[in-house]
Amino acid sequence: MDTKSIMIVGVGGQGTLLASKLLGAALIKKGYDVKVSEVHGMSQRGGSVVTYVKYGEKVFSPIVQKGEADLLLSFEQLEAARWLEYLKIGGKLITNTQTIDPMPVIIGNAEYPEGIIDSIKNSGANIIAIDALSLAVQAGSPKAVNVVLIGVLAKQTDISYEEWVDAVKSTVPEKFVELNLKAFDLGYNY
Amino acid sequence: MKQLLIGNEAVARGLYEGGIRVASSYPGTPSTEVTEFISKYDDVYSEWAPNEKVAMEVAAGAAINGARSFCAMKHVGLNVAADPLFTASYTGINAGMVIVVADDPGMHSSQNEQDSRHYAKASKTMMLEPSDSEECYEYAKLAYELSEKFDTPVILRLTTRVAHSRSLVNTGERIERELLPYTKDPMKNVMMPGMAIKKHVIVEDRIISQTQWAESCEINKAEYNDTRIGVICAGITYQYAKQALGDRASYLKLGCVYPLPVNLIKHFAAECDKVYVLEQLDPYIEEHCRANGIEVIGKDAFTLQGEYSQSLIAKVILGEEKETYKTDINVPGRPPVLCAGCPHRGLFYSLKKLGVYVSGDIGCYTLGALQPLGMLDTCICMGASVSALHGRNKANPDNENKSVAVIGDSTFIHSGVTGLIDIAYNRSNSTVIILDNSITGMTGHQDNPTTGKTIKGDPTTAVSLEMLAKAVGIDRVRVIDPYNLEQCQSVIKEELEADEPSVIISRRPCALLKYVKHNKPLKVDAEKCIGCKMCMKIGCPAISFRDGKSVIDFTQCVGCNVCSQLCKFDAIKEG
Repeated sequence: MDTKSIMIVGVGGQGTLLASKLLGAALIKKGYDVKVSEVHGMSQRGGSVVTYVKYGEKVFSPIVQKGEADLLLSFEQLEAARWLEYLKIGGKLITNTQTIDPMPVIIGNAEYPEGIIDSIKNSGANIIAIDALSLAVQAGSPKAVNVVLIGVLAKQTDISYEEWVDAVKSTVPEKFVELNLKAFDLGYNY
Repeated sequence: MKQLLIGNEAVARGLYEGGIRVASSYPGTPSTEVTEFISKYDDVYSEWAPNEKVAMEVAAGAAINGARSFCAMKHVGLNVAADPLFTASYTGINAGMVIVVADDPGMHSSQNEQDSRHYAKASKTMMLEPSDSEECYEYAKLAYELSEKFDTPVILRLTTRVAHSRSLVNTGERIERELLPYTKDPMKNVMMPGMAIKKHVIVEDRIISQTQWAESCEINKAEYNDTRIGVICAGITYQYAKQALGDRASYLKLGCVYPLPVNLIKHFAAECDKVYVLEQLDPYIEEHCRANGIEVIGKDAFTLQGEYSQSLIAKVILGEEKETYKTDINVPGRPPVLCAGCPHRGLFYSLKKLGVYVSGDIGCYTLGALQPLGMLDTCICMGASVSALHGRNKANPDNENKSVAVIGDSTFIHSGVTGLIDIAYNRSNSTVIILDNSITGMTGHQDNPTTGKTIKGDPTTAVSLEMLAKAVGIDRVRVIDPYNLEQCQSVIKEELEADEPSVIISRRPCALLKYVKHNKPLKVDAEKCIGCKMCMKIGCPAISFRDGKSVIDFTQCVGCNVCSQLCKFDAIKEG
């Protein structure tokens, strides 16, 4: 098979790294060659963050470039717009509808764009938009927003529901398993 | 066992299995995790050193005395450790010594884009460069073997994408190694002119035998496919090239980047019609090729700046580019920010109110340079805030009562204290503010000599910043709470006006530390808020403006109350 590329983007502190960790764990179990690339350090401090997950028979480059992502999962609307060019023609974009103002918007040097989802639709990209924050609150904690989104992403992969549940169980701390499985289901069944 | 490891963890595993006994490092992105992972092995002694120079000297001392040792640093850390490096290359080792240096092309988290390969050549120290986690693991083990075979420290060079990418590694078991016996040998280990003159001859001979090894070693290898395009690469560019070009090119992958082979490269180049050198940053391999009369295409077609990628290679060599979706959305940037509740925020806001010059340093607080705080005037390197302030004040003493240095607790210990000694000794009326957040923050929470805990979390002696400042000759030492804006401003003002040097310790632990208890999130009373935006002047990511009023994001706010001190209308309350 050709190498598949998944990109997970969001704002530092949103928990994007857990998504790549779960995805990596589930993909290895399937016997794929897997590479996951993440950037630590300064970009964690509320900046735009991106993680790449690639899998297939043999993966070389760990990073994803413009026009290469089969799946683009965005934890925030503006980040979906920022990274749209990375989506492969015919690929699928999943975005949380949550908005987080970047500092240039907070201090009035820029405006948060209106109608992002519609503009992306008009570009011809295949987009799923979901209010994951509300679903996370429904599951029991706003912090579970990442697991809700992983649930939505999970549906788009060839990894079974059971395999995903195993990955969640083996990755999150025991006392949060129930909350996270609830959040995962809300995303998976969206 | 097959595991998905980041490059840094794979290096740690390789060193562990290779029998490491002593590890000493100073944290620095993207190298930090190697030492963090090593610290999890209870049968290895590991530590955070005050700086990279100390770390490398600890490793050298351990190696000379028979223990396989290691130190890690980011590229700029190698500048700090350059002094022991150049001479440890002369003394050689006894048990193996591995130095990990992580370069950061593209500057994801760094202040410059230097290429550490020059250090290998300049210090005549062997350097290996892996391209994925499996190689990180294999080369770490191999580095110990080579170190002992050639009696030299060996540098393992990583770049961000190798250090921080996860890929599969087949791990094995640790081989226990006893301490090698130490024999006193001043001719080998005491570097004075008489001994060093003889050692230099040995070092040059060593390079000749290492070059012979590099001509035929397993980690320098050619892969022949279509020979119309030949690619010489090392590290991550091999992975990019393989994805971009596949079987349409032949490859010479160099696992050993110092010393470089000559005949191997000549032979490969002769087999290919057109030869490219793919290397990030400087034309290091390219210049080696040219010096040996090998015609190659390198920086003329590529770039000295930033990272390479599969798409850059496909574009330059094949002229191919991918199609993309496009919109006309004007996407504002999202720079990193000080976190909600960050203690640095109140301090920087206070400095802004006082309108002072700020000599800055390296750490989370470097973000105080960004708008809306915009408070740094300079940021050069670790420790420079203190000494550069002294320089400014000596250049023009009129600056003394309107300038401060800001430096974190860890950075102060790293190399700020020497600048402070200069201030005390040579009497500039300088005001140094130590931002003591009780942790090394930017690199992801490492303990340091001021926190009272070792790398393993065990209790230990803590440096008293107050007593240290007094001991070097600073009589005026004050402690403030950066959450208290009034106190910050009045104390800083007093110390600027004083006729002698001062140290102000702005003390409040990082809001992200697990033991820090957060207050309830604050809430804006929409009836009282008149939308004056005063609370937004501190650049807190938890505060935004909606429909003419300020709004506080309950998921981010930790109730630090810095914003509420700015509200003249009493509109910000506990939620």
